[in-house]
Amino acid sequence: MEPLSTLEIAGRIIYQLSPVWFSLVILYAASIGFKRRLGLYGKLFDSPIGMIGFGLVMFWVFTGIYGAMDMIITHDPLVQVSGMKNKVPGTPMNGATEADYPYYLLGGDNLARDVFSRLVKGAWEVIKIAPMAAVFAFMVGITLGLPAGYYGGRLDTTLSFAANLILAFPVILLFYLLVTPEIVATGVPNYMAIVLFIFPIVFVGVLLNSRYYTRPKVRNLVLPLVLGIIIWFYLQLVSNGGYLINTPAYSIPGLPRVMDMFDIPGGILVVFVSVVFVNSPTVFRIVRGLTLDIKTRDYVAAAQTRGEGPWYIMLWEILPNARGPLIVDFCLRIGYTTILLGTLGFFGLGLPPESPDWGSTINDGRKLLSIYLHPALPPAFALLTLVLGLNLLADGLREESLKD
Amino acid sequence: MGLFILRRSGVMLLTALCLTFIVFFLTNLYPNLEKLAKTQGNFRMSDEAVASWLDANGYGGSMVSKYGQWLGVLPGWTRETEKGFTGRCMTGAVSAEEAAEAPTFCGILQGDWGYSTRFKDEVSTIIAERLGNTGRLMFWVLVLMVPSALIIGVLAGMREGSVTDRSLSTASILTTATPEYVSGVIFIAVFTSSTVGLKWFKGTATSAMDNPNFENFFLPVLTIALYGMGYIARMTRASMTEVMTAQYIRTARLKGVSFHNIVLKHALRNALIAPFTVIMLQFPWLLNGVVIVETLFNYKGFGWILVEAAGNNDIELLLAVSVVSVFVVLITQLISDIGYVYLNPRIRIS
Repeated sequence: MEPLSTLEIAGRIIYQLSPVWFSLVILYAASIGFKRRLGLYGKLFDSPIGMIGFGLVMFWVFTGIYGAMDMIITHDPLVQVSGMKNKVPGTPMNGATEADYPYYLLGGDNLARDVFSRLVKGAWEVIKIAPMAAVFAFMVGITLGLPAGYYGGRLDTTLSFAANLILAFPVILLFYLLVTPEIVATGVPNYMAIVLFIFPIVFVGVLLNSRYYTRPKVRNLVLPLVLGIIIWFYLQLVSNGGYLINTPAYSIPGLPRVMDMFDIPGGILVVFVSVVFVNSPTVFRIVRGLTLDIKTRDYVAAAQTRGEGPWYIMLWEILPNARGPLIVDFCLRIGYTTILLGTLGFFGLGLPPESPDWGSTINDGRKLLSIYLHPALPPAFALLTLVLGLNLLADGLREESLKD
Repeated sequence: MGLFILRRSGVMLLTALCLTFIVFFLTNLYPNLEKLAKTQGNFRMSDEAVASWLDANGYGGSMVSKYGQWLGVLPGWTRETEKGFTGRCMTGAVSAEEAAEAPTFCGILQGDWGYSTRFKDEVSTIIAERLGNTGRLMFWVLVLMVPSALIIGVLAGMREGSVTDRSLSTASILTTATPEYVSGVIFIAVFTSSTVGLKWFKGTATSAMDNPNFENFFLPVLTIALYGMGYIARMTRASMTEVMTAQYIRTARLKGVSFHNIVLKHALRNALIAPFTVIMLQFPWLLNGVVIVETLFNYKGFGWILVEAAGNNDIELLLAVSVVSVFVVLITQLISDIGYVYLNPRIRIS
């Protein structure tokens, strides 16, 4: 078979991505059709920059999701095919059978794996970790930042000191210290996970309690139910194979295996925990600053005069009014988390060596960069466009939220 | 002002102590020590052999006492072996008389940074040598980054919403979205590889350690500078647009001052206060960029020893690296605070 020309490669990639285009068209048609009823999200479609950014982000989100469902990929991202090592894009697959896709669309990498399929699978690696890590960082930052800004005093001093302490660490040094097999063996990441993942429980608990405090009937129904589910998820998250912490020296038993629906591999957990850990101090500082500003407003004074509790004021008066900058920062934070995940992959930390994430792929590809460009450049551009999309999205959101 | 600096320095010292203790704690956890023992001794050591190796080399004992020894507030460890006396303050095995003469305290307070197990050399000489390399890199990064970021920001911010503003803002968003390991790889691919054919620069900066020139040094400098540039430019733009809508600028315009003079004489000084603090706070990120770029371009500087020390659990080198980087971060924070107070007359007078 003849190798494909550049145009044919582009055509085949576009065809391969057709579920993504289809979803994007539906999403855009629906969003633009109903944009007046969708609040801030709808207003995003008034700004061209925001629309481009959102398009780029959703492109990778859909690619990641469909890639995880094995819809877009042409080959198994881990399988090595002999004779395909470092082959240029569009090379026909060596010894392809009827069932195989006949081409390596973006060529083969230095271990003869399909670059295109790895790229698509790599999108899933980012999509499954980065937004969740940003959510957790926000939960931690908000739960600590609100009281620090609202109460001030010694609590503020202590928490700010701790936040500055983490921020003064060079991120890479922290990663090198936390994300090594030796540290995983000591169980330090598990302890950190146990502590960090408590914050969402505290956040949701306080949120609901302060809202329904005056209606005990509703509260007594809602609160135990929601907290029960979250705590169950929490225990599933932090306990692995029936243990909270399982080191050679000692172990602490956790949730029994019967109730444990899923296990998070140690490598992913430590990556997740350290990314949350690095991001939360910045969120803390932003929330604290916003709280300091908003707590002097009249509506806060009105709530205080009404006799509302401090947590009600923080979560239902201050937080909703700080949402604009927080939403913008949330988008930027996902982008930053993506960059951090790439950095981890680039230094070969945490994720398994054959993992198709973009950072590791760039690192693998860069060693032969002067001869073969195709293994390293696609993931580099993928990471670039995703982060660019998130930044543009944040810019569009900022512009639209300032118009109010 | 004096009290302010004094208080900040106190907090700084406390921060440095806490941070070094965290690094010390993490590097001295048992699995890390075990790995160190096995790389230094041999990989098939039994558990007892590991324990005795650790004890003989001063890695036994409690965390706090070891930290005190490293800091130089507790007496260094000594052991009596068949070959003579060994200890923290002695090199190799020495006789009893020499052991008696050796100093009791030898930590960083006494200027003794310890011995690197990875490079088999004194930590202080390694750090001094590598820091010089990185200093040169950082210097050129700042020379390239700061003026271009300020110019881009001022140009974009002086007429908000114009075509210049739109295109420069998009360019700065693009650079902030490009981490060093992406832009570096793209630069190497485009400018150095034989596939593209533009062999303008060298793909490694190894030769730049002895003989830096434009050909081998420009790409690493550009790679670090680009990532920080966009952020500073956006901050400058934001502060410039704010200044340009101020009342006194309008007054100057109504008086008939030329646009050129308004920008240079009236707006610029006030617009540069905010970017100054941002530039100073960029140092921690620059440090990150240095590690990535030095790995990517194979330039053996400070970032490279960080990677080497961390990869080999070279405890004392790693501690020295973190002390240096933490101090760089904290001192730039201090300078940014002081500079902000100094530059901003509203804060200085009140």
